Amino acid sequence: MRTIALLLWLLALPAWAALDPAVVRRLAADDFDEKLAAIGQLAASGDRLAERALQAMAEDNLYVAGDQVFYKDGDKAMDAASGAALPAEPEGAEGVVVNNRIRGELANALAGFRLLDANPAVRLAAARELQTGVDARMAPMLEKALAAETDAQIRQLLSLARAQAHLQSDDARQRLAAVKTLAQSDNPNAKTLLLELMAREPDTAVRQAAGQSLKAVERRLARAENIGRVFSGISLGSILLLAALGLAITYGVMGVINMAHGEFLMIGAYATFVVQGLFRAYAPAWLDAYVIAAVPAAFAAAALTGMALERLVIRHLYGRPLETLLATWGISLVLIQGARTLFGPQNVEVANPAWMSGGIELLPGVVLPWNRIAIIGFSVAVLALMWALLNLTRLGLFVRAVTQNRPMAGCVGVPTGRVDTLAFGLGAGIAGLGGVALSQIGNVGPDMGQGYIVDSFMVVVLGGVGQLAGAVWAALGLGVVTKFLEGWTGAVIAKIAVLAFIIVFIQKRPQGLFALKGRFAEN
Amino acid sequence: MRTPFLVRLYRALGPRWAAALGVFAALALVLVPWLHLAVPRDHPLHLSDHFVTLGGKILCYAIVAVAMDLVWGYAGILSLGYGLFFALGGYAFGMYLMRQIGRDGSYQSDLPDFMVFLDWKELPWYWTGSDSFLWACFLVLAVPALIAFVFGFFAFRSRIKGVYFSIITQAMTFAAMLLFFRNETGFGGNNGFTDFKRILGYPIWAPQTRVALFAASALMLIAALVLARYLVASKFGRVLAAVRDAESRVMFLGYHPLWYKLFIWTCSAMLCAVAGALYVPQVGIINPSEMSPANSIEIAIWVAVGGRGTLAGAVLGAVIVNLAKSWFTVAFPEYWLFFLGLLFIVVTLYLPEGLVGLGRRLASPFAKGGREGDFAGAASAADSGEILPGPPFAKEGVGVEGERA
Repeated sequence: MRTIALLLWLLALPAWAALDPAVVRRLAADDFDEKLAAIGQLAASGDRLAERALQAMAEDNLYVAGDQVFYKDGDKAMDAASGAALPAEPEGAEGVVVNNRIRGELANALAGFRLLDANPAVRLAAARELQTGVDARMAPMLEKALAAETDAQIRQLLSLARAQAHLQSDDARQRLAAVKTLAQSDNPNAKTLLLELMAREPDTAVRQAAGQSLKAVERRLARAENIGRVFSGISLGSILLLAALGLAITYGVMGVINMAHGEFLMIGAYATFVVQGLFRAYAPAWLDAYVIAAVPAAFAAAALTGMALERLVIRHLYGRPLETLLATWGISLVLIQGARTLFGPQNVEVANPAWMSGGIELLPGVVLPWNRIAIIGFSVAVLALMWALLNLTRLGLFVRAVTQNRPMAGCVGVPTGRVDTLAFGLGAGIAGLGGVALSQIGNVGPDMGQGYIVDSFMVVVLGGVGQLAGAVWAALGLGVVTKFLEGWTGAVIAKIAVLAFIIVFIQKRPQGLFALKGRFAEN
Repeated sequence: MRTPFLVRLYRALGPRWAAALGVFAALALVLVPWLHLAVPRDHPLHLSDHFVTLGGKILCYAIVAVAMDLVWGYAGILSLGYGLFFALGGYAFGMYLMRQIGRDGSYQSDLPDFMVFLDWKELPWYWTGSDSFLWACFLVLAVPALIAFVFGFFAFRSRIKGVYFSIITQAMTFAAMLLFFRNETGFGGNNGFTDFKRILGYPIWAPQTRVALFAASALMLIAALVLARYLVASKFGRVLAAVRDAESRVMFLGYHPLWYKLFIWTCSAMLCAVAGALYVPQVGIINPSEMSPANSIEIAIWVAVGGRGTLAGAVLGAVIVNLAKSWFTVAFPEYWLFFLGLLFIVVTLYLPEGLVGLGRRLASPFAKGGREGDFAGAASAADSGEILPGPPFAKEGVGVEGERA
């Protein structure tokens, strides 16, 4: 394969002749401006030998001895101009000094060379790299690459890069064409370039065109930003949903606010940590799958804790919701301190499995990370399971019956006590699942659950009690609205605004967005 | 000629209350100052600085507990946002203390240090007049009262109660905490106010000042107790207890619960703020963590431990829990949260009427339930160990009235 590629190279680039030694010597000039000029000249040549010389320079591997410029390949010294091995390493060689400006220039020049690579992926990456900091001297090289390019996506990127180079051209028509091309760009850099151009441009027509292009670019950037916000809003919403689903069940069924709900998230996250540790110790080969195993473990840990607490404490406080609130707060303090005693007060480290790191880059600057996508998918799955459980099973029927009318459900033989325990366990278990999700995107520490109790209660209040659909809409709505507000006003003001909104909202719709319809005998 | 004020007060309070308050006043206003100032430092009876400061702090907490008890014990409204009013009072008075530092701060500027640090050139508009003691006292009362009034008006008007109200007040103090954490808010951000130098021109750490602040806290507590006692024994207090026990019936009888609740809620917010204002010069710092939801919910446990619905219980609970806290956090810091958590659980499960209720039960084992001003009903039903067969919303009501369509 390599040889074929090389042959193609040789065919495509007949300029496989030695470089002009005078130009190569200037790479090692004392004056940085002269070095830059030489780099530009070599880059424009598109020559294979020039690439090697520049590559060596970028790696601090270019040396000069008198008029001889060379680089080292293993223990051999190679002449930079001809690419031929020198008989012996010249005496008194000095490294060629490179500063940051030169380094930037070299990186761009090398990207230019990679534009001619046989592998389209390499070319695409190089074209992406060239979206920032193109300068006028690279225009001929881009021209050459564009002529050879067949892939539409790369062509598009290249013509944008060329347009950036042409912005600095002396020819007004070329600038005009460049400005029009740049209207297609979705790179923030294009915006800066257009703004700069508008400040110095003498030609009115070009200035006007630049104004229009600028607007187009800004629109596109704003759209990209909005997509990013909607995504992070949905991602936040799905976490809120996982935190709130369990609360919605316990609050719906038993009418008690479980202030320890956040601590079930914490238990789930620590269960994930423990499972990760077990995999590290006993099955390192399967480490990437630990998250899958953590899901049932977290559910079980949180659900069992929840059921035990329901039996021991909450059961004895029925009919006294305010006391339940205080008692569950006490439970949460004990659980937090328990986690601190067991695992230490510091955050523990839970790593993303390899398949969850990275992300999809929709547009420059808009990356959808895999872990967040996975969490959205996970919460959809949990939601589907919950729906099925509540609507298709006998337990679900009982839970709904007790939510709607407890005494009547008791009269027709629903074992309300057992339903309470199971529903509480279910709610806690789902919070545990939320903990698995949280461990993948945030810190795992003893206090991690505290921040979620108010938020998840807000979701329940907004969505209405005992309503899956309500909880979903409320969680997603809160997530998206919060993220948009954060973009405009900053995180703190956004949080305050959301809380204020909910307080006002309860004034108008005390039963939440989706009120249960039907008879209630609750008074 | 009208009867002298003290005589009328004595009659209104009744002999037991008057005696208890008199003994307390004598202890706090005469004995403690004497033991601290007049008894030589190396004498075993000398009260240390630490004790006087701790005592003053606990007295402030007791005022907060009385405020909380008025609303929770007598009106059945559990607010988890008292930390906000406490801190607002503290901040309002702290502004005055910051201005009293004058040019003695580390930057020798007229502005408080944190403003110099943020490179602000002049005081924000809301700091206007903060160098006046009287204006500071006015702010201490007015700001929390206004916030409590507006918030309470909207909440009580739409009949938000039970856990809904609790959580919303918690959200309120949480939001305020986030706001005060910001440097741009103009209250010193994370660090809040500290490094106070003097109050009314007197050096703030002098023993005389310390004793004066302690005495002021004690007087304020007595005033709070007298006021609370007067309120709950009046006709107003009876209506309030009725609202707590059966709000709908009170409405059918022609009362408007909104104004009763709003009045007691605003009063108690102001009381809380005064406690905060007395607290800050004694501990020497106020920062946004005072508004954290955990602090506010801790106030509820003081009242629950002592016994809600009894004013003595609130004071007793605040004193006991805080003494336990200052002992625990020194002796076994890592077990304090375990203890506090278990306290929450044990008190709600086994001591629904708190220590006062326990004392009464021990004193008269045959009297059961039904004392006025007490939490009867749900609490005594749970006492007898039975689980209410009815819906869980039986007594205090979950959420909003509209839910019961």
